[in-house]
Amino acid sequence: MSPRLIIDLACLATFACMPLLAHWLHEPYLVSFFTRLAIYGMAAISLDLLIGYGAMVSFGHAAFFGLGGYIVGIVAFHTSQGMPLWGWEGSNSALVVWPLALLVCALLSLLVGYLSLRTSGVQFIMITLAFGQMLYFVLGSLSLYGGDDGILLNERNTLGGLDLGDANHFYYLCVILLAGWLLLCRRLVNSRFGFVLRGLKQSERRSVSLGLKPLRYRLTAFVIAGTGGGLAGILWANYALFVSPDMGAWHKSGELMAMVILGGVGTLLGPLLGAATYLGLEQVLSQWTEHWMLIFGPLLLLVVLFGKKGVYGLLLSLLQRKPKALAIKPNAAVEARP
Amino acid sequence: MLLLEQILNGLQYSALLFLLASGLTLIFGIMGVINLAHGAFYMVGAFCAAYTAMATGSFWLGGLAALIGSACYGALIETTIMRRLYNRDHLDQVLATLAVVFFSNELLTLIFGRSPPAMPTPEWYSSFVEVLPGLMYPVSRLLFIAAGLIVAVGMWLLINHTRLGMLIRAGADDHEMVGALGVNIARLYTLVFVFGCVLCGLAGFMAAPLLSVEIGMGEKILITTFVVIVVGGVGSVRGALVGALLIGMVDSLGRAYIPPLLDQLLPSETSGTLSAGLISASAYIVMALVLLVRPRGLLPARA
Repeated sequence: MSPRLIIDLACLATFACMPLLAHWLHEPYLVSFFTRLAIYGMAAISLDLLIGYGAMVSFGHAAFFGLGGYIVGIVAFHTSQGMPLWGWEGSNSALVVWPLALLVCALLSLLVGYLSLRTSGVQFIMITLAFGQMLYFVLGSLSLYGGDDGILLNERNTLGGLDLGDANHFYYLCVILLAGWLLLCRRLVNSRFGFVLRGLKQSERRSVSLGLKPLRYRLTAFVIAGTGGGLAGILWANYALFVSPDMGAWHKSGELMAMVILGGVGTLLGPLLGAATYLGLEQVLSQWTEHWMLIFGPLLLLVVLFGKKGVYGLLLSLLQRKPKALAIKPNAAVEARP
Repeated sequence: MLLLEQILNGLQYSALLFLLASGLTLIFGIMGVINLAHGAFYMVGAFCAAYTAMATGSFWLGGLAALIGSACYGALIETTIMRRLYNRDHLDQVLATLAVVFFSNELLTLIFGRSPPAMPTPEWYSSFVEVLPGLMYPVSRLLFIAAGLIVAVGMWLLINHTRLGMLIRAGADDHEMVGALGVNIARLYTLVFVFGCVLCGLAGFMAAPLLSVEIGMGEKILITTFVVIVVGGVGSVRGALVGALLIGMVDSLGRAYIPPLLDQLLPSETSGTLSAGLISASAYIVMALVLLVRPRGLLPARA
């Protein structure tokens, strides 16, 4: 079994068994933690699609996370208040609200991506940051929807026979969507599209002289990633039953980038492990001291400076070392012979 | 009269932005590093100024403490962390300096606590002068504008007419060649970084009595500072000046003229919401527009 497959299966098994384990350990909190992990993991994986495969360092990824959440929040607000939104009385069905939110996120990422991709390098980082902040301020100025305080939701959306209000049902929905999203991204990066994207990352000039139009591929990747961030935002709004402009603030974008780096850039599953590391450390350290950033800051610094491949790379090298150790043994036995 | 007052307010904001942006753009232009932690030095400066002035009662001692405090913290960060980042890609730089921001915020919370200090000021500082017949303007803000002007002229002299400035320009062009010619490039880098931090400390000292001294004050202004240097052209001090003036003016005039303008065009409840959002987002809108027309900024360092 290849090391990658072992890590995949271990993740799958952990996620699949978590509610049972939580029940068994009498720690219902674990399910809630892993729900958050699945949601942040999804956002981080979609950001990795941009950073790791497209060399587009987007510093505004949280904008889509925030927007997805806000669409759910706004529709829920109008539905519960009985205030029609442009003549539409609203809906609480996930099958109506979620595709709508995804569509809005896709359209926004199309616009932001089209404008931002005119630049590259530092300017790209800064312009995506600027668009993210723009959305943050716009969300904060919506006084009908609570301004800076955001919107409180009364209930989760409904989806067929599932009871999303139940922690386990909602958890499994998040995990299934996460797994689906991860598989989709994997297929994508290994398809022709993914190879073009990676080719552009290695050398734009070479790809252009092969007759490829960079903008088309990069923009597609940007829209896909933005939609993924939006889906995570939708799930977050349903999980927390609360949305606020902070969901789209720049430090949220920074957090997502930190997750990608911690887990391993350009590995897709890595950012999920990065999210686990980030959220886990936050959980443990903040229980220990209120000033947890005092420890987390230097820790993040050390990973950036010295741990190039992140948690995923570390796990891979740990798993790969074993066969080598076995191969050395017979030689050692030969030498030991008198 | 309102227009003139708004222009002066805009100049004062521009001066603050220029103090921060000139150091940041110099650091980027020469070392090629995106420094998200730049705002942290501004915060350190403001805290040092406020607490020293509170302890000694002397306004100017507070200023001295701001310069020394931010310079020392800058030297510490440069020698331990920043110099390892100069050859890394932008993603690493962004994250590592973000970590420095997290750390600095918590460190200051731990040392100074969460309650914002109030900086004591001498009497003349909070008085008004008549800049034009009928227009009274606070001395504190005029002082701020003057500091911005002095730094702008000083930097022009430093960069264009001194040996150090020559090295800085040469370092921005080709630092390997400068190193090969026997210049201690590591020391030059430390010097430039600390110089940027001292400007942050100055800005923090000037801003401490006017704005609220609080944890996280650095990040708020930092993002706008980034907008300034991207608008002006990353790496160019002249660009930082132009960018700071543009963003400062747009912000100040926008605050004064956007709400009445929208009130005339739209019903009052929508216009209030919209103008609040538009004012906060104005700098970002300017930046997006500038980048769409000139992707490298108004006055890029190397054409």
